[in-house]
Amino acid sequence: MGTRTVNLTVNGQAVTREVEPRLLLVHFIREDLSLTGTHIGCDTTSCGACTIIMDGKAVKSCTIFAVQAEGRSIETIEDVAKDGLHPLQEGFWEKHGLQCGFCTPGMIMCSKAFLQENDQPTEAEIRWAISGNLCRCTGYVKIVEAIQYAAEKMHEKANQPTQVQEQEVVA
Amino acid sequence: MIPGKFEYFAPTSVSEAIGLLGQYGSEAKILAGGQSLIPAMRFRLAQPEILVDINRIQGLEYVRETDDYLEIGALTRESAIEKSTIVQQRYPMLADTARVIADPLVRNMATIGGNLAHADPANDHPATILAYNARIVAEGPGGERIIPVDDFFIGIFETSLERDEILKEILIPSPPGGSGGAYLKIERKVGDYAVVGVAVQLTMEDGLFKSIRIGLTNVSSTPMRARAAEALLVGQTPEEALFDKAGRVAAAECEPWADLRGSEEYKRDLVRVVTKRAIRKAIERANGVL
Ligand SMILES: Cc1cc2nc3c(=O)[nH]c(=O)nc-3n(C[C@H](O)[C@H](O)[C@H](O)COP(=O)(O)OP(=O)(O)OC[C@H]3O[C@@H](n4cnc5c(N)ncnc54)[C@H](O)[C@@H]3O)c2cc1C
Repeated sequence: MGTRTVNLTVNGQAVTREVEPRLLLVHFIREDLSLTGTHIGCDTTSCGACTIIMDGKAVKSCTIFAVQAEGRSIETIEDVAKDGLHPLQEGFWEKHGLQCGFCTPGMIMCSKAFLQENDQPTEAEIRWAISGNLCRCTGYVKIVEAIQYAAEKMHEKANQPTQVQEQEVVA
Repeated sequence: MIPGKFEYFAPTSVSEAIGLLGQYGSEAKILAGGQSLIPAMRFRLAQPEILVDINRIQGLEYVRETDDYLEIGALTRESAIEKSTIVQQRYPMLADTARVIADPLVRNMATIGGNLAHADPANDHPATILAYNARIVAEGPGGERIIPVDDFFIGIFETSLERDEILKEILIPSPPGGSGGAYLKIERKVGDYAVVGVAVQLTMEDGLFKSIRIGLTNVSSTPMRARAAEALLVGQTPEEALFDKAGRVAAAECEPWADLRGSEEYKRDLVRVVTKRAIRKAIERANGVL
């Protein structure tokens, strides 16, 4: 029952580590990679504070073994602000979408994957999407507004003429 | 909490997986979506020494309709079932079920095969799959066999799968004309297991119930059918007084227990009410209302 090598992509970078099979992905992310933005809020797969994106889907990293991520691509909150604040982060800022902030990384990763599938969601769809992420401070109203803010911004941007997008990529 | 130590295998074919199960016997467990097994391992309720991760096996994730069946690969994620157009349009009871299981994040991992193989009376698919009169395709060292769903759940967390068998596919018979179904679940909040759940699949002919199957969630130690209620309805004309009676019969034949989700009496009364509602909804759908 030794260790195993796991190779995966984390926030765009190739990572190789020796791990025990029983190591949970969330502990791998926090302790082996020192990416502590991904939180642990419960022990029961209930709270969603540990949400990350794996191959495009939002999942609870506390209920996956690190060895299962072999060959996969994962994205954590640390990658979200790589080009300045992401519209979701801006939304949480502008709309006061957080109080203590503990659930925020999970909320953002969950809604990021969701907005990739649906960039013009209704309020009901947003509430459905984040129903696996618990917040004990806000009562969710401000979180929903933050996601609506981001959705509008991202949708606007996606519908700008392509030339503008190209310029942005170059800049 | 940290799970106990285990050795990990990630076979890429069903036969390789079956070989590992045969080799390690009762020490080995299959890992599918992990959304029941990993929480249990974290609480040390389960401490398998060997995990056989089947997620690397290609060709076990699909939903497709043939002439006779809706065929669902065991590794199909709940989120894929929930979003499938065939399921939404032709098997609405299955769509009802997938969308009330756990939460969207759990559903991105959790599989229908795991939901059935786990045989937790609190899981939602068993009731639906019982109501659909589905067939379970299992593969073992001797090849494939088909298990009628009525023979599949044999005890609490216990199925008729052998230790070295893998649940491969679920076959749901295509409903004939005049059929409808509905699954209704009472839950305290998103992500919680059912207080009670009722699945009803029926076929109407000449204004009468030609056939009806009713599955119940979390009101007995093994997923169960409300057979007495079914028997009461077959051949009868649908009417409120009869639905009422069926609800009362189902409430009497289930075996709920008192827990955090409610007293035995409360759960029986929910079964009574929810059975009626599910029958009404299934009839609406048989009449073409989605
Ligand atoms: C917070 C939370 C809430 C939940 N709420 C609900 C709910 O409301 N309703 C509900 O129905 N479920 C609920 N679940 C359970 C969830 O749907 C599980 O994922 C499901 O029961 C098991 O599927 P899995 O693919 O995750 O299986 P795993 O956890 O990987 O496996 C479960 C068991 O089945 C065995 N197994 C898995 N696949 C196969 C196979 N192909 N052949 C043979 N054996 C196999 C495994 O060895 C193991 O013993 C919840 C889970 C969580 C974490």
